[in-house]
Amino acid sequence: MAQTKQYETVIGLEVHVELATRTKIFCGCSTAFGGEPNTHTCPVCTGMPGSLPVLNKQVLKYAVAVGLATGCEITRNCKFDRKNYFYPDNPQNYQISQLYLPICRNGKVEIETEDGKKFIGIHEIHMEEDAGKLIHDEWDDCSLVDYNRSGVPLIEIVSEPDMRSSQEVIAYLEKLRMIIQYLGASDCKLQEGSMRADVNLSVREAGTERFGTRTEMKNLNSFKAISRAIAGEAERQIDLLESGEKVIQETRRWDDNKGESYAMRSKEDAQDYRYFPDPDLVPVVVDEAFLEEIRAQQPEFREEKMIRYKQEFELPDYDIDIITASKRMADLFEATVALGSHPKKVSNWLMGETLRLLKEKNMDPEDIRFSPENLSRLIALTDAKAVNNSVAKEVFEVMFERDVDPEAYVEEKGLKTVNDEGALRKTVEEIIAANPQSVADYRSGKQKAMGFLVGQTMKAMKGKADPGMVNQLLKELL
Amino acid sequence: MSAANGMAGSTAGREADGILNMTALELGAAIRNKEVTAQQAAEAVLSQIRSSEERYHCYVTVDEEGALMQARQIQEKIDRGELTHPLAGVPVAIKDNMCTEGLLTTCSSKILYNFVPTFSSEAVLNLQRAGAVILGKTNMDEFAMGSTTETSAFGVTRNPWNPEYVPGGSSGGSAAAVASRECFYALGSDTGGSIRQPASFCGVVGLKPTYGRVSRYGLVAYGSSLDQIGPLCKDVADCAAVMEVIASYDPKDSTSVKRQDNDFTTALVEDVKGMRIGIPGDYFGEGLDPEVKKAVLEAAGVLKERGAVVEEFDLSLVEYAIPAYYTIAAAEASSNLERFDGIKYGYRTQEYEGLHNMYKKSRSEGFGAEVKRRIMLGSFVLSSGYYDAYYLKALRVKALIRKAFDEAFAKYDVILGPVAPTTAPRLGESLSDPIKMYLGDIYTIAVNLAGLPGLSMPCGRDAKGLPIGLQLIGDCFEEKKLIRMAYTYEKARGPFSREEAR
Repeated sequence: MAQTKQYETVIGLEVHVELATRTKIFCGCSTAFGGEPNTHTCPVCTGMPGSLPVLNKQVLKYAVAVGLATGCEITRNCKFDRKNYFYPDNPQNYQISQLYLPICRNGKVEIETEDGKKFIGIHEIHMEEDAGKLIHDEWDDCSLVDYNRSGVPLIEIVSEPDMRSSQEVIAYLEKLRMIIQYLGASDCKLQEGSMRADVNLSVREAGTERFGTRTEMKNLNSFKAISRAIAGEAERQIDLLESGEKVIQETRRWDDNKGESYAMRSKEDAQDYRYFPDPDLVPVVVDEAFLEEIRAQQPEFREEKMIRYKQEFELPDYDIDIITASKRMADLFEATVALGSHPKKVSNWLMGETLRLLKEKNMDPEDIRFSPENLSRLIALTDAKAVNNSVAKEVFEVMFERDVDPEAYVEEKGLKTVNDEGALRKTVEEIIAANPQSVADYRSGKQKAMGFLVGQTMKAMKGKADPGMVNQLLKELL
Repeated sequence: MSAANGMAGSTAGREADGILNMTALELGAAIRNKEVTAQQAAEAVLSQIRSSEERYHCYVTVDEEGALMQARQIQEKIDRGELTHPLAGVPVAIKDNMCTEGLLTTCSSKILYNFVPTFSSEAVLNLQRAGAVILGKTNMDEFAMGSTTETSAFGVTRNPWNPEYVPGGSSGGSAAAVASRECFYALGSDTGGSIRQPASFCGVVGLKPTYGRVSRYGLVAYGSSLDQIGPLCKDVADCAAVMEVIASYDPKDSTSVKRQDNDFTTALVEDVKGMRIGIPGDYFGEGLDPEVKKAVLEAAGVLKERGAVVEEFDLSLVEYAIPAYYTIAAAEASSNLERFDGIKYGYRTQEYEGLHNMYKKSRSEGFGAEVKRRIMLGSFVLSSGYYDAYYLKALRVKALIRKAFDEAFAKYDVILGPVAPTTAPRLGESLSDPIKMYLGDIYTIAVNLAGLPGLSMPCGRDAKGLPIGLQLIGDCFEEKKLIRMAYTYEKARGPFSREEAR
């Protein structure tokens, strides 16, 4: 359908981030992923009568740290409120959250856009508890509930409606993720749900001031899904307006497989959550000393790291940009360099093989398992020419999988380069004797034959020879 | 008199009667002095329960086997010198809204008819550490909502002074159990008067501590910002001794307060010289029964004779306490009771179609009328558009009431008044007129809103022979002033029990 008017898309985000605390927000249960159902539970996080919540102070520390890093005002006297709604994943049938006095307000983060830098406002950040997980057993026609996730701490970061395109949304999310990962407050994995974004979107005629009616889109599990959902929803709303219909304020669920969304609930049947201050939790008083403690613990953020890497390690800008894009990568880089490895060589391994394998296996830098010690050992092995490059890559792949000690592995598998000239010379002589046609070709000036003979020698040496040395010996003997 | 175990008149019977007439501290001393064993005490009180429970119905659950086993184990520890607490070996009754590990905890509600907690409340654990023998769980108004113990899903409790009358509520089972010698002391909980009013109706001593003094962990919440656990006892000394055990800082309860002054028995001093008593004129106005008024003012006279300075003053705001209380308590209750949904524990309806139908039917069938009334009231005052007009306004009234008390306590050590406008009403009178029942809480409710300690003790009987209660109110964490004054009055008044009255 031909569009008659120009439209602008207006987007605000509600981002839920699962905090990396060891224990839950209101009890001492473990937050570890993947336990047997209902094993990381206690009377508090299963809503038993008589149980009471007690705030985990680390949650407050992380929330304040994120607030400070995003330029927020910190509420000195904040409170928790109960959000009342009935659902079996919510054992008390109310969620402890913050409505009236959230911990952080009025912040902003800077993003890069096609038109330069831009600030995205942060309306508020509040702390809350996660719900349990429902498992629907179609076979037995029943539902089961696992409360291991119930009470896992979350922060919800609510942006202002300041974004105008999916590129800006992705830039904002990447920036938030980077800040939070640098703080160590969360690993922010979209696929695993430790970072979740709900998209509030409306469209309006270009040049107008008033916002259009917005919808809220849920179930967005990847940056790609977010981009597709934004494009799809903007188009749907524009189509409605173009055909003279109205956008209904509602919550919609995105189905990324079908590439379309459907309405979950409209504003009319929106629930009344009957928010009120939770009388079981006393107001949280944030004093100057506490703020100072958090400020003192703030890490070196990406911008500062980039400057330092250039001065201290003399890395090319391209390398710095890639390595500092992930806190995990930057930490790994610094730890390996600290063990004495050459910065550029470390950088090459991270940017080359590491990124390649991450991409191939669809993993995040947070999932990297090999240690800086083993990477450093591998670099030392190549420096000493104890292994050649192709063997090193082979060893690295194993290291990437199970963090093996490269020295021990090379030893065990007999992958060490054979530097014994006598042994090599013997093999080369055998290869020359076995391939008279190639020898004749080479002597008649066909350079290609040399490559074949090198390859045959390497094969006979099971890849463990130094290719330079093989070349040299072949030339000498021919 | 029923011939319990056929022992009446026998030596054993007289001995059992002797044990039953002891206060908790007297029994504890007798056990320590090896005059009585913990088993004998438990057997005596279990025998009393068997003989009088049919008449009064103080308990929802009596754990006969468990009590005897605890008594045996505690006696062994006493014999080995491992337990020396003054209350070691003394049997106690626990209100049925406090979790007890492995022992049915119903809140006198059908919705929790089968609920067995996996943990014990902190107050109960404190008692167990001191060597208490837990007899069972006492009847109450359903989820502590009511003033007569008639809203219990498991039948009414009757007043031991006259079974035609209610024992008060919501800790009516606890008060009646102490009065009928079916325990030596009991724990109750007080959200708007639920310890003090039944103590008054049953002629026993009840203390509602300062909010935060006793951990609420394990107390099934009604109005979380108002609930407090406290003792119901035969006399003031027992009350002080039990307070010493149950008061503690508990990191599991965010509202728990760390205090260094939990040595309540040091306040058992017979001296009120120079203590200033304020009598709020607003507590003696319209609606107060003349017999109650006379007895309470006479008690003030007794304290004046002992050297206290008594003065009348205006507390003001009294008439706002009831609407503010029923707004706040109902709002909190509506949320606190959401967890009872038939999914995780408790009652689930037999037949249902889908999740929401199950919720509706389970809760409609599981809760009684008074609980439903308060859930609806609480849900209404929290609903969007009404929150400011009701809940927020009630919080402001609460703050003003606190301020009025602060001003009073700048002048007085203790505020003295009645506990309730009347003595115990007849069974069945109150539920037909809930507003009248709510108004009966007028003298007790402000104490909860302000978080203050309040003590209730008998100060006489009306023409029907029913006990009249005297209320002493203190500033925050001034329980010791209450205990000292109550102890002095008690000495002047002389013994007060059903046995004495005979």
